[in-house]
Amino acid sequence: MKVLVAVKRVVDYNVKVRPKADGSDVDTANVKMSINPFCEIAVEEAVRLKEKGVVSEIVAVSMGSKQCQEQIRTALALGADRGILVETDAELQPLAVAKCLKALVEKESPQLVILGKQSIDGDNNQTGQMLAALTGMGQGTFASEVNVEDASVKVTREIDGGLQTVELKLPAVVTTDLRLNEPRYASLPNIMKAKKKPLDTTTPDELGVDIAPRTKTLKVEPPAERQAGIKVADVAELVEKLKSEAKVI
Amino acid sequence: MSILVIAEHDNAELKGATLNTVAAAKAIGGDIDVLVAGSGCGAVAEAAAKAEGVSKVLVADNAAYEHQLAENVAKLVADLGKNYSHVLAPATTTGKNMLPRAAALLDVQPLSDIIAVESPDTFKRPIYAGNVIATVQSSDAIKVASVRTTAFDPVAAEGGSAAVESVDIVDDAGLSQFVGEELAKSDRPELTAARVVISGGRGMQNGDNFELLYKVADKLGAAVGASRAAVDAGFVPNDMQVGQTGKIVAPDLYIAVGISGAIQHLAGMKDSKVIVAINKDEEAPIFSVADYGLVADLFDAVPELETKL
Repeated sequence: MKVLVAVKRVVDYNVKVRPKADGSDVDTANVKMSINPFCEIAVEEAVRLKEKGVVSEIVAVSMGSKQCQEQIRTALALGADRGILVETDAELQPLAVAKCLKALVEKESPQLVILGKQSIDGDNNQTGQMLAALTGMGQGTFASEVNVEDASVKVTREIDGGLQTVELKLPAVVTTDLRLNEPRYASLPNIMKAKKKPLDTTTPDELGVDIAPRTKTLKVEPPAERQAGIKVADVAELVEKLKSEAKVI
Repeated sequence: MSILVIAEHDNAELKGATLNTVAAAKAIGGDIDVLVAGSGCGAVAEAAAKAEGVSKVLVADNAAYEHQLAENVAKLVADLGKNYSHVLAPATTTGKNMLPRAAALLDVQPLSDIIAVESPDTFKRPIYAGNVIATVQSSDAIKVASVRTTAFDPVAAEGGSAAVESVDIVDDAGLSQFVGEELAKSDRPELTAARVVISGGRGMQNGDNFELLYKVADKLGAAVGASRAAVDAGFVPNDMQVGQTGKIVAPDLYIAVGISGAIQHLAGMKDSKVIVAINKDEEAPIFSVADYGLVADLFDAVPELETKL
C-alpha cells in the first residue's frame, strides 16, 4: 500500500526565536531550519512499515517556499521513495495545508497518511485532524503505536490519563507523538541517492486550492519575563522561604 | 453572541477544565451553552448546569459518543456549532483531537491554546514553545478555539441553574472504534489542576527514585510530573510529562528536581506562580526561571525536604 507523509520546514528546535523589534513577525533570518521533529517521526514510521513489507511506496510532501525541497530531500534520504512540493511563498495556515493535502490524497489515493501531531513553530496541532475531516477518513492522533492490519489500522494514542487504542478503517490519517519511534540518521550514501529520487513540484493553484488566510497575526511579542530569583543555601532556608516569603506551603 | 463550550468529562464526572473554558467564554461575552456528548452522562449534564454563567446545557447521550471518538463528536459539534458565533473546547487531548476536525467541517481556521481574549475576534496564543506570544484576529464567521485552561481562572462550579436539553442528533461515522485504554491510576491530584506540582527529570536516574518525589508530594498534596527526558528514559508514564508536547501546568508552586530546563520543558511550566529548582549543576537553565534555586544533590536534598515539611 501507499503512504503519504507530510513534512514541514521549521526553525530548528534548539534555536530560541525572538520577535522582530517592530512586533510584526518572528525573526527567522539566518536561523537554522530543519525538518519538524514530529514529521521526522512520521517519516521513520512510514519507512518501518515499508521495511515490514506492509507499505510499498512512500510519498513525502511539503508545502511552502522552494527551500522546503531540503526537507523533502531529508525525507527521501531517510527512505521515502519520491517527493512532492506544493510551492508557494504565501502564508499557509493549517486549513490551507489540509486542503492542499486533500487534493494530493485525491490524486495519489494513499491508504495511510502520516503527519506529525504538531509543528514546533505554530504549535497548532490541527492539520492531521483537519485533513481527516476533509477527506472523510478516521483519525488516530498522538500515536505511540501503529499496527496496520488488512483493512484497518490499530492506533495506540497518548491521552491525558494514559493510553487509548482505537481501530480505524483504511484509508486513515495518523499523527505521531514523540514516543512512536526513534528516527534514524540518514547515511551519506542515502543522502547521495536521495538526490536522484524524483521530486515533483506543483502549486496550490494547480491543485485548485484557495489558500487565503483566515486569521491575521496582529502582533508578536516576547512573553512576560520572570523575575530573577535567588539561590538558597540549604533545604532549611528553602522551606523557610516557601513558608514565610512565598507563602505557598 | 452565543458561545458553545464543549464539556470535558468521562461520562461520570465533569472535569475542571470545562470550568476554565466557560471562564474564557465569559471573557468573550454572550450566552454560553455547554455541550455534553457522551453515554450515560446525565450526572455530567447536571454538574454543568450548576456551573456559573451557563445558560443552557445540551446533552447528546448516545453510545456513539461514549468514548468521544473525534469522528463522531466532531460531526455533532459542527452540526450544532453552525448556530453559534464561537465554539470553544479545553485544550486537553480530547479537545485537541476533536476540535480541529469540527472546524474543518465548518470550513473554519481554528485557534489553538488561546491564553487571553482581546475582543470577540482577537485572541492571544503562544507559539514557538511559548517563546513568542502572538495576537491573532480571526475573520471566520464562527470562531473555533481551544482554551489553555491554566490561563483562565475557573468559574464557580455551583450556583448556576441552566436548563438541560437533550439533543437527538446521532452521528456515528462508522470510521473508528474504541478498542481499549490503559489509564494511569493515582490518588494524587490531577497534574493540570494541582496547586503544587513536583517534577523529576533525567537526574532522578530511574523510576524507583521517583518514590522520593511521591513522598514529598503526599506531604504537600501535590501532583507529580516529569520532564520528557524522564519519560523517554522510561522512568514514568508519558501522561506525567510537562512541556510543549505534554501537559501545560501553572500551579502556585512548581518544584523541578533534576531537570535542566530545556525550552520545551519551560513551555509547560513557566507560568507557575513560584518555581523552585533543585539541581546539582549550577549552570542549569532552570535556575534562570526559578524563584528559589538550591544547588545540591537531589538524593540528599529531597529526603531532607520531606522531613522538614
